Amino acid sequence: MKGKVWKFGDDIDTDIIIPGRYLVHTEPDKLAPHCMEGLDPDFYKKVNKGDFIVGGKNFGCGSSREHAPIALKGAGIAAVIAESFARIFYRNSTNVGVPLLVSPGISSKLKEGERIEIDMNKGVIISEKGEEFKFEKLPPFMLEILENGGLIEYLKNKE
Amino acid sequence: MSYTMSEKILAKSSNKNKVESGEIVMADIDIAMTHDLTGPLSVQEFKKIGIEKVWDNKKIVIPFDHQVPADSLDAADNHIAMREFVKEQNIESFYDVNAGVCHQILPELGHVVPGELIVGTDSHTCTHGALGAFATGIGSTDMAMVFAKGKLWFKVPETLRFNITGDLRKNVFAKDVILNLIGLVGADGATYRAVEYAGDTVSQMSISDRMVLSNMAIEMGGKTGLVEADSKTLDYIKNRTNKAYEIFKTDLDAPSLEIIDVDVSDLEPQVACPHNVDNVKPVSEVDTEIDQVFLGSCTNGRLDDLRDAAKILKGNKVAKGVRMLVIPASKEVYTKALDEGLIKIFVDADCLVTNPCCGPCLGGHVGLIGPGEVSLSTSNRNFKGRQGSPDGKVYLSSAAVAAASAINGRISLPE
Repeated sequence: MKGKVWKFGDDIDTDIIIPGRYLVHTEPDKLAPHCMEGLDPDFYKKVNKGDFIVGGKNFGCGSSREHAPIALKGAGIAAVIAESFARIFYRNSTNVGVPLLVSPGISSKLKEGERIEIDMNKGVIISEKGEEFKFEKLPPFMLEILENGGLIEYLKNKE
Repeated sequence: MSYTMSEKILAKSSNKNKVESGEIVMADIDIAMTHDLTGPLSVQEFKKIGIEKVWDNKKIVIPFDHQVPADSLDAADNHIAMREFVKEQNIESFYDVNAGVCHQILPELGHVVPGELIVGTDSHTCTHGALGAFATGIGSTDMAMVFAKGKLWFKVPETLRFNITGDLRKNVFAKDVILNLIGLVGADGATYRAVEYAGDTVSQMSISDRMVLSNMAIEMGGKTGLVEADSKTLDYIKNRTNKAYEIFKTDLDAPSLEIIDVDVSDLEPQVACPHNVDNVKPVSEVDTEIDQVFLGSCTNGRLDDLRDAAKILKGNKVAKGVRMLVIPASKEVYTKALDEGLIKIFVDADCLVTNPCCGPCLGGHVGLIGPGEVSLSTSNRNFKGRQGSPDGKVYLSSAAVAAASAINGRISLPE
C-alpha cells in the first residue's frame, strides 16, 4: 500500500471522525464527506483514495458508532497508523475492513503530506526518505478479514 | 487460583471452569441491546449474513431514545425500518418513543441482573455494570453476529479496581468522584481493562449513584465498569424482575488485578473542561460564562439528579440569556418528578422540560449549541463538536453544579 500521510493528534474521538448529527445515515457516500470535519472541514476534498491517517495515542476513543470506520473507508483511507487505539473502534474498524496499525512513537517520525509505503506482511512502514518503522503485525485471520473488506464479506466468501 | 469478577462472568458465559485475562473466549450473550441510532446499521449488517431469524427474540431489547420523536425524515425512515424489524422478528422487548434512555430503562424495566453478559451498540452500555453485570459496548457488525448466533468473542480483560473511601462533602456527588478518577488515570487509563468501583464510599452509594460511576468507565477506555452486587442491588431488582441472577465477587489477590486507593473525603465539586473528559478541574478554579445548561442523559438524568437540581432552582430563575434543558431519563423518572412537583419547579424557573430522550448529549437531536456557545452538561462527553458546532464548548458537571450555574449564568459552586 502506498499513499500520503494525514496527521492528527492524541485522543481523536469518534465525534471528530463522524459527528453525531450524521449518524442518521448508514451509507459510506453520505458519511464520508463529513469525516474529520470538526478538525478540518476540507479533509474529504483533500484526501485521496489510498491515503493514510497517522494519529497519536487513544485514536478512536468514545462512541461505539461503526459509522466512524465506515466514514474513513468511504473517504478512501487505506489504513490508520497510531500509537494506540481505543478498544471498540479497533474492533469496528477490523469488522468493516479498515486496517489499524499500532506503531509506538510513529506520530513524531512521519510528516504531514509525505508519501509512505506499508508492507502488511512484513509489518513495516517505509517513509519517503526510505526509513523503516515497525508496526505490530496482524494475525493471518485478521489480514484475511481485511482483505475481504470486512467480517461479513469474509464469512460469506468462506462459505 | 484467584480471579476477578470479569474473569468469573466470562468463564460462566463461555461454559468454562476458569478463564484468565488475555484469553480469547466465545461467550453466550444474555441481553443484546440496540437503539434507533445504531440499530439500522446493525439490522442492515444482519440482513447481509442471510440468516432469516434472530437467535432469540426474548433476549434482544430495542429502545428508541436518540432521536425521539423523529426530528427529520431520515430519522423517521430509521424508526420505520426498526419497527418493521421488531415486527418481523417478533422482538418482545421493544420500547418506542415514549420510554426513555436505553441505559436507564434496561435496569428500570428489569432487563439487567447480576452476573449477566450484556452487549449493546452504544458505548455507555457499561452503565449496567452498576448491578454487577458484565456489560460492554460493541459495533453494528458485532451486533449482527450476536443477532445471528447469540455469541461473540471477547478478550478477557485485566481489571483496574478503584478502592474508594471517605464520606463525600456536602454538594459533592458520584459525578464528582468519577470525573476525579478519569482526571487521575486519563482518557486511556483503563483501555482494554475492566474497571471496578469498590470501597466504603461505593457501598454507601445508591444504585443511581453507582450507575454514574459505571456509565463513565468508557471515558477512561474501560471495557466495562463493575460494582459488586450487594443488598442494595437485590433490593433494586426485587420488584423489577424475577430473572435468575448470580453474584460474582473479585478475589483481591487475583493476578490480573490492579488496585488504586482513592480517598474522596476532601474532594470538591469537579468539572471536565473542553475538549476531553480527562481535562478535569475543581469548579472553584473555573469561571466561565455559559449559554446553555443540559440536565439529563444516561449519566445524570435520574430522579436523584432532578431532586438535587430542583432543590437549588426552587424559587429561583435561570439567568437571563441562559437556556436550561431538563430531560428526565425515562418515563418512570418523569412520572415521579411530576408527582414530587419537581417539573413545576423547573418550569417556574424558566427551564425547558422535554420528553425522555438523549437530548443534546450526542449533538444529533434537540438543543444543539452554535458556534462560540458554551454548554454545561450533566452528560458524559465534552468532545469537540459533541453537542453541535465544533466551534462550541462543552463542560461536564454534576446536577447541582449545573443548577447553580444556570442561576448565575456562569460555572459556579452550589451554595
